[in-house]
Amino acid sequence: MSVPAELRYTEEHEWVSVDGDTASVGVTDYAAQSLGDVVFVSLPTVGASVAAGEPCGEVESTKSVSDLYSPVDGEVTEVNEDLNDDPGLVNAEPYGAGWMFRVRVAAGADGEAALPAGLLSATEYEELTKSAG
Amino acid sequence: MTDFAGWLMPLRYRSETAEHNAVRSDAALFDLSHMGEIAVTGAGAGEALDYALTGWLSKLVPGRARYTMLCAPDGGVLDDLVVYRQAEDRYLVIANAANTPVVLDELQRRISGAGVTDETGVTALIAIQGPNAQARLTPFTPLALSSIPYYAGAYGDVAGRPAWVARTGYTGEDGFEIFCAAGDAEHIWTALADSEGPAGAGLPAAGLAARDTLRLEAGMPLYGNELGPDMTPYEAGLGRVVRLDKPGDFVGRAELAEHAAETPRHSLIGLISQSRRVPRHGYAVLTEGKQVGAVTSGAPSPTLGKPIAMAYIEGTREGSFWIDIRGRQEPAELTELPFYRRSK
Repeated sequence: MSVPAELRYTEEHEWVSVDGDTASVGVTDYAAQSLGDVVFVSLPTVGASVAAGEPCGEVESTKSVSDLYSPVDGEVTEVNEDLNDDPGLVNAEPYGAGWMFRVRVAAGADGEAALPAGLLSATEYEELTKSAG
Repeated sequence: MTDFAGWLMPLRYRSETAEHNAVRSDAALFDLSHMGEIAVTGAGAGEALDYALTGWLSKLVPGRARYTMLCAPDGGVLDDLVVYRQAEDRYLVIANAANTPVVLDELQRRISGAGVTDETGVTALIAIQGPNAQARLTPFTPLALSSIPYYAGAYGDVAGRPAWVARTGYTGEDGFEIFCAAGDAEHIWTALADSEGPAGAGLPAAGLAARDTLRLEAGMPLYGNELGPDMTPYEAGLGRVVRLDKPGDFVGRAELAEHAAETPRHSLIGLISQSRRVPRHGYAVLTEGKQVGAVTSGAPSPTLGKPIAMAYIEGTREGSFWIDIRGRQEPAELTELPFYRRSK
């Protein structure tokens, strides 16, 4: 199971990658493996406002459906249309071609994208998945 | 891995969709050792089972199998079973893992004049299922597999170990179920898994997730979903398993005879979702905004490429249906069961 060191994580098994004011979001390898084969991803619409910790979509796999949570506050700027035709990308490349949506995050006082305080480092996330068995 | 009625079972080995497709296109192996095996033996075994179960088992020819049910006195289904007559005076009753204690207890209470032995712990079950199952199994057994018809079995070696090999399964494909001593299971499994296939690879293993989507496509009921104690075989559309024409009394006969004459409260239908969102167990089925039933089993169908569901609905099987998928009504098309039928 892979947990790239450069990414931030949530307890709901999403990853976040920040570039300037844009956060890219997907689900982790751990999540993809636990879900089994992903068959459908319902994503937020471009332009929608999302709030950290709030559901903004659904991930359907063979055996279950899970809510997709936004890890950040902001406005959706882009969604991964490729998942429409090939939701299996989430299993194959959860951190790459299986990304889900991008959010423009409002800047904080320091001019940097203001990320919620609760995001986990790779090390913290790895601990979390180990304790979850 | 998942806990399944006290057994540690693989939900999937790798991709459950790939495992499902392997069974539809070639063959795959299932470890089904969690299933209950209860032997009923002695000269009176057939008549004893005639009394205990809904089927007419004394009439079964040695070497043949029957799909049958264990019903409560009120006609409710306690388990659905496959029964093999392995010899003149030996039957093997296959129960669902979660129901094995109930089936064993009921058989012991209902049967006198025959032996009832729980062989679950000493018996392993390996299934090989798929259109190429016979070709894939042939090199490993001296049995003439082509002479074993559907729902029949024979004793013979597999990979040099003694087994009962039956042409039965729960996938909608051709295939065999191999019952062997628990201590021989690993040897047989390894031999089959390492065998050379058309692609040069060994037989893949398939887990519980693929088993569920395969049986759903094949329109086969799952106890706990389509079958339960609050339901008679007639309501599940399986009245044929109740042999009211057999001689003598059997548990549930009086109640079942009444139900046989009634129009069932509800009927089992097949639905193909017109949305990509997947119907799941318990979701409401609606007609013109009014709930008429509920989904019993639902899954994305790898073969159809669409979500499918079985559901119980009140009254007739006609009309337009919607499924309430977490608050949104999605249209679903009524279809004949099964969703998938193999080409002969």
